[in-house]
Amino acid sequence: MAVKRPKLAVWKFSSCDGCQLSLLDCEDELLAVAEAVEIAYFLEATRAEVRGPYDISLVEGSISTPHDAERIHKVRRKSKSLITIGACATAGGIQALRNFHDVNDFVRAVYAHPEYISTLAKSTPIQDHVQVDFELHGCPIDKFQLLEVLNAFLNGRKPNIPRHSQCVECKLAGTVCVMVARGEPCLGPVTQAGCGNLCPSNDRPCYGCFGPKEMPNTGSLADWSARRLGQDARQVRHLFRAFTAYAEPFRKESEAHE
Amino acid sequence: MSERAVPTNIRMIDRDGLDALIRDLVGQGRRVIGPALRDGALVTGPVASVDDLPAGVIDHQEAGGYHLDTHGNGALFHNVVGPHTWKRYLYPPVRTLWSARRAAGGLEVMADDAPVPRYAFLGVRGCDLAALRVLDRVLRDDAFADPYYSASRDALFVVAVNCTRPGGTCFCASMGCGPRVGEGFDLALTELPCEDRHVFLVEAGSEAGTALLAGLPSEPADRAALAAAEARLAEAAESMGREMIPDVAQVLRDGLNSPHWATVAERCLGCANCTLVCPTCFCSTVEDVTDLSGAEARRERRWDSCFTLDFSYIHGGHIRRGGDARYRQWITHKLAHWHDQFGTSGCTGCGRCITWCPVGIDITEEAKAIKNREGRA
Repeated sequence: MAVKRPKLAVWKFSSCDGCQLSLLDCEDELLAVAEAVEIAYFLEATRAEVRGPYDISLVEGSISTPHDAERIHKVRRKSKSLITIGACATAGGIQALRNFHDVNDFVRAVYAHPEYISTLAKSTPIQDHVQVDFELHGCPIDKFQLLEVLNAFLNGRKPNIPRHSQCVECKLAGTVCVMVARGEPCLGPVTQAGCGNLCPSNDRPCYGCFGPKEMPNTGSLADWSARRLGQDARQVRHLFRAFTAYAEPFRKESEAHE
Repeated sequence: MSERAVPTNIRMIDRDGLDALIRDLVGQGRRVIGPALRDGALVTGPVASVDDLPAGVIDHQEAGGYHLDTHGNGALFHNVVGPHTWKRYLYPPVRTLWSARRAAGGLEVMADDAPVPRYAFLGVRGCDLAALRVLDRVLRDDAFADPYYSASRDALFVVAVNCTRPGGTCFCASMGCGPRVGEGFDLALTELPCEDRHVFLVEAGSEAGTALLAGLPSEPADRAALAAAEARLAEAAESMGREMIPDVAQVLRDGLNSPHWATVAERCLGCANCTLVCPTCFCSTVEDVTDLSGAEARRERRWDSCFTLDFSYIHGGHIRRGGDARYRQWITHKLAHWHDQFGTSGCTGCGRCITWCPVGIDITEEAKAIKNREGRA
């Protein structure tokens, strides 16, 4: 008897499409994914559509327009499990930098006809609008972590997605600490692991793409960066204000250095 | 000291002799691991000849800071431990313990049968040799032996090095673990980079060591060299950058409710670096990994830490949520309760946790702070 495959949908909101590409980037594993699930809605990959409801919905992007805010509720209603993927969907994304200013100033400065622009004052994560079953961090997400999450949902188990610091990944890989050995401010100690140790293993400090770890002590890191690593208030503010700037612990820390 | 008879198990070799030693170990089919210069630090890596060793490299270590410099005398071991520890080889960061696949009539379980490597560690310092003894007790000689650790440890050849230039965060002298190496080496070197001649005293500590030493181009150790080595070691013991208070175990036992834990928590990042660079921290977690179809699964063990939230998750919640509870768990286990559990301290004074804490939290200072606060209470 043929087993009915779960239906997978991939949705895009305000985003750069990079996280969806991580799914296509699975290459060898993509065939296994296509065998394990029916890819029912994935416009990045195919125009063919299978009607919902869907067993698993992967949601990329933040809510930044009135249209987004309405559409996410429809997606939620059609989805048994809703998994948000990437910094936009889980923290508001790089476009949430506007949240720290008046969006109308940007609209007036950038567009010849501001009256055509329909936007919300803030770019916000999906979790602020609907119930989310799992949040997968990253800018972009790591394809192996995405496979792990799909795998766990398909097999009815908890995903092995650690919430600890990036430092753990550095130490497991044997990467020398860029903060201690080079004196460069690094977000690794307050950032969730999962990128595969990308920047520190290439001699660069962590930019916090994977967002805050569990219970991050941003204040202590900011204090050391200022006192011992010579960063001024503006530099400390910018340290926390990047791809995951609107994630609450990072937002609060950057605002403390306004 | 010069009145004492010259011990017969101590010989003297030069740089070529050390090269011959390394090549002999390689010739025995061993993977020789020693100090390696990488990314601005002395880490560990494969060594094939004496030319692979970082000649003239010295390290400067402080709380939360590390940098390298060079020294004109070309000494190979005028530096101390870097961020890597030997547990990386005997107790790897990630290891598959077993795997299973669905088969007709149930599951087929496959044990891990990866071949056990025959290592030779070159440049094991007093602190790290003591750490191996600690890990032996935990992972090999206690009730629950780890088969991989036990097998690779039993096959290990240790070339230890007596430290003659301690680092800024070292405190092995106050932990009784150095600068002279204790038990458990096959050969122990003391480097004497004199202006006229760069030599190493070599002491054999095992039958395997004695046999290897006998095959090396060596000469008897002369009294002057022995006296010079003793003087350097005595000086090293006096010039450690840090010192642990002698009554630390009792201080911590008495200080479980100290207000100081909250003070440490203001600085502690909960990043786990201290435990991951610790040569004796052995905590791990296991994860079950499946393939998409659910037909195959494997169980992986991965280094974990008492500083991660999920490490203390038990049914119903996390029992160590705050930084205060996590730091207290680590330092009290390491320095006090380890005695009750394993009969020794879990700390050997290597100083790595001080150097590699991104915000420079210093275990010796925190112990003192607990003592002083308790004293005032």
